[in-house]
Amino acid sequence: MSPVIRIEAVSKRYGAVAAVDDISLDIRENEFLALLGASGCGKTTLLRLMAGFEQPDRGRVLIGGEDMTLSAPYARPVNMMFQSYALFPHMTVAGNVAFGLKQDNISGDVLKARVNEALLAVELDRLGDRRPDQLSGGQRQRVALARCLAKRPRVLLLDEPMAALDKHLRERTQLELMALRKRLGITFVLVTHDQGEAMAMADRVAIMESGRILQIGAPRDLYERPASQRVARFFGDMNIWPVTAGATPGTLFVADLGLEARVASGSFLNGGPLTGAVALRPERIAISRTTESETGQGVQGTVAEVVFLGTASTYFVKVPAGGTVRVVVQNSDATSVFAQGDSVHLSWSATALTAIEP
Amino acid sequence: MKPSRRLSVTAIFLGFGLAFLYLPLAVVIVYSFNASKLVTVWAGFSGRWYAELLADRQILDAAANSLIVAVVSASLAAILGTAAGYAFARFGQFPGRATLAGAVAAPLVLPDVIAGLSLLLLFVALGQAFSWMPERGLFTVIIAHAGLTTAYVAVIVQARLAGMARDIEEAAADLGAKPFTVFRTITLPMIRPAVAAGWLMAFVLSLDDLVIASFVSGPQATTLPMVVFSSIRLGVSPKINALAALLILLSLVLLATSAWIGRGALKRASLRP
Repeated sequence: MSPVIRIEAVSKRYGAVAAVDDISLDIRENEFLALLGASGCGKTTLLRLMAGFEQPDRGRVLIGGEDMTLSAPYARPVNMMFQSYALFPHMTVAGNVAFGLKQDNISGDVLKARVNEALLAVELDRLGDRRPDQLSGGQRQRVALARCLAKRPRVLLLDEPMAALDKHLRERTQLELMALRKRLGITFVLVTHDQGEAMAMADRVAIMESGRILQIGAPRDLYERPASQRVARFFGDMNIWPVTAGATPGTLFVADLGLEARVASGSFLNGGPLTGAVALRPERIAISRTTESETGQGVQGTVAEVVFLGTASTYFVKVPAGGTVRVVVQNSDATSVFAQGDSVHLSWSATALTAIEP
Repeated sequence: MKPSRRLSVTAIFLGFGLAFLYLPLAVVIVYSFNASKLVTVWAGFSGRWYAELLADRQILDAAANSLIVAVVSASLAAILGTAAGYAFARFGQFPGRATLAGAVAAPLVLPDVIAGLSLLLLFVALGQAFSWMPERGLFTVIIAHAGLTTAYVAVIVQARLAGMARDIEEAAADLGAKPFTVFRTITLPMIRPAVAAGWLMAFVLSLDDLVIASFVSGPQATTLPMVVFSSIRLGVSPKINALAALLILLSLVLLATSAWIGRGALKRASLRP
C-alpha cells in the first residue's frame, strides 16, 4: 500500500539552523504516527511542511502519491489542529465548523448535517450557538477538532493538541481521540514532547533531535530496543552505564556497578569495537532486603533516595562501586516499602540488560 | 497620614494637568452661551449664538464641505492604510518594502506647509498636463487628506496585525480558504476595530486641517477651519464659540465611539488561550 504522506529527503533551514535536516519518512494509510522530541527538535516544522505552511529548501512532500511540495495549504487534503486551537473568535462554534465546509461550496441542508455530525462526534452539538470565548479550554479543543473532522481529511495533523489541558482532561481526551480515529479511519500525525502521550496513543513513534529522526518504530520496540543512548535517555528513565570488555569472553564489565554482566542483545557484541553501554529498565529490577537465590545478576546497595509516586515508588540505590541504580517498584503491598539508608539487594534477569550503541 | 498627603499632592498635580488641557475648552463652551456680543465680557446666559450659527449659510456650507471631505478622505485612507498595514505585517521582506514604508510614513513627519505647497504644485502641474483633471476644490482636498491620513491608518492596522497571532489565518487557509477569502472572512473582521479607529483618526485629522486645505482647495470649496480662521482675522464673533462647542461635542462622541469599539476588541482578544 502506498504511503498517504511521503517525505523525501526534506531539509528546511532557518538561517544557520537546520530545523529539518534531510528527513525521509513514509506515513502509512490509517496509522497513528507521533513525532516526539524536545522543543526545537524540528517536529513542528516537519508538521508545517506537511500542512503547507512552510516550503522545504530541498526534497519533496508527496500526499496521496501526488507531489505537493509547493502546493498552498488550502489545496492539500490534510487538516491541522493548532496548539492554540486558532478558533475564529468572531464566529460561533457552528460557524467555526462550517467555515471549512463552505470553502468546498457545501451549503444548505448538507452543510447543516455535516456540521451537526462533526459537533456530535465531539459531543458539542448543544453548544453550536456559543462563541469561543464562552467555552472552557477543553470545549475549545473539541471545537478545533470538530472543525478539522468536518472536512473529512485524509490526514489529521495535531500540533501538541493536549498541551493546554490539565492531566485529567488530557487522559480522557487521549482515549477519545483514539476511539474517534478507529471509528473514522483517518491517518493521524501527532506532534508532542510528552513521551507518555506518544507511547499511549501512537502506532509508531519517530523520535526527533536536531532536525533528524533518531529512531522510528512501534512504542514497545523503542522502549525495549533503543538504537542509541540518546533514544534510551529520551524514552523512559533508563539506567545507562558505559561498559568495557569483560575478562570472560561474551561478558561486559560495568564499572559503575563493579559487575561483569552477560548481555542479551546488542549488535556491537559481535566483534565490533567496544564503545557501548548497557541499559536496564528501572521496572525490571527486583529489590529485596535479603540476598535471595540468584536467578540472574545482582548487586548490593543502599537506598539513597525515595520518590513516592502513588501507584509506584522510585528508589535511587547507591552501589559500593560508585554508581547509582534507579529502581521502580509498584506499591502493591507493604513488604516492598523501603526507607532511605536501608541496605537492599537488587537483582535482574540476564535478558533485562540491553547493550546499546553510543 | 503619609499616603493621604502624597495622594493629595498627586491630586493637585493631576488637577493642574487637567485644567491646563481642558480649561480653554470649558471657557469656550461657557462663553458660547454668553449673551454679550463681546467675546470676553459675560452678560448672562443665552442661546442666541447657536441660533445665529444655524442661520449662517457660509458656515453651514463650510461645515458640509468639511464633513464630505472628512468622510470620503477617511474612507479612502482606511482602504489604502489597511492595505499598506497588511502588507507590512504579513508579506515579510518583499522587494521595495523599505521604500514603501518610508513613502507611507513620510506625511507623519512632513510639515503641513511643505505637504500643502508640494501638493498644490502637483495639482497645478497635473491640471496643465491633463485637460480632464477637475478644478481644484473638494476633490483635491480629499486626495490631499487621504494621502496624509493613510499613514495613521497603516500604523494602527499594522500594530494590530503584529499583535495578532498568524495561526488563526493559517487555520483558515488550512481549512481550504484561498488568500483573499482568508482576508475577507477572517483577517478583516478581526482587525475591524483597528480600521475603525484609524478611520476615526483620519476623520478628525481631516476635519481639523487648515494648512493643507488652504493650499489645495479651490474657490468653491471652503472648509470649516478656513472659515473659522478667516473670521477670527476679521474679529471674533461669539458664533465661533458656539461652533467650537459643537465641534467639541462631536469629538467627544467620536472618542467615546472609538473607546467603545476598542473595548469590544479587547474583550475578544482576551479569549485566546
